[in-house]
Amino acid sequence: MIGINIYLALIAIATLLSVYRVFRGPTTVDRLVAVDIMTTITAGLMVLFALYYKRMIFLDVALVYAILAFGGVIAFARYMEGGL
Amino acid sequence: MNALAAIGEALVLIGTFFYFLSALGLIRMPDVYNRMQTSTKSATLGSLGVMVGVGIWALGTDFGSAAWLTKTVVIAVFLLLTNPISAHALIRAAYKSGIPLWEGSVVDKYREHIEAKAKAPEETPKEGGEE
Repeated sequence: MIGINIYLALIAIATLLSVYRVFRGPTTVDRLVAVDIMTTITAGLMVLFALYYKRMIFLDVALVYAILAFGGVIAFARYMEGGL
Repeated sequence: MNALAAIGEALVLIGTFFYFLSALGLIRMPDVYNRMQTSTKSATLGSLGVMVGVGIWALGTDFGSAAWLTKTVVIAVFLLLTNPISAHALIRAAYKSGIPLWEGSVVDKYREHIEAKAKAPEETPKEGGEE
C-alpha cells in the first residue's frame, strides 16, 4: 500500500487531461472518445479502491459500470451515425 | 511484503502509467482518428495491467482469496473484448457524420472500399425484379 499515492496521482492526471479534451474537443465525436477513455479509467479506479478499502463488492460495481458504459457508448455511436 | 504483492504492485504501476500515456495521446494527436487509435490501445493495455495486478496483489495480502483474482480477470477479459467494439463504432460514426481526415493523412482505404462497392452493382444486373 506504499505506492498507492503514485497510482492515484497518475490516474488523476489522466482524468484531468481527458476532461480538458471533453471541454476543448472540436467535434462531438472527440468528446465521446474522451468520455470513453474516462469510463475505462474509472473502472480501473474502482478496482484500485476495492483493494484499498478491502471490500470485494466494489469489483461487482466496476463490472456493472463497465457494462453500462459500453452500452451507452454504443448507443451514442449509433445516434451519431444516424441509425437510432 | 511477499513476492505476489510485489508482482501485483509492479503490474498496477505499469497499468496506471499506460492510463497516463493514453490520456497524453488524447491531448497530443491532431485528429479524431489518431486520437482514438492511440488512446484505445493504451487504455486497454492499462486496464489489463491494473485489473490483473490488483488480483495478484490481493492474493499476497492477508484478506485476499482466489475470488479476487477470478473477478478481476473477468472484468479484464470483458474490457479486452468490448473496448475495440466501442472504438470501431465511434470511428464509424465519425466517418459517417462527415468529419474530415487530418491534412497529413495519405491513406483512406474505407473510402476506396465504399467507392468500389458503389460502382459494382451497376455492372451486375438486378435479379428478382417484378413487373
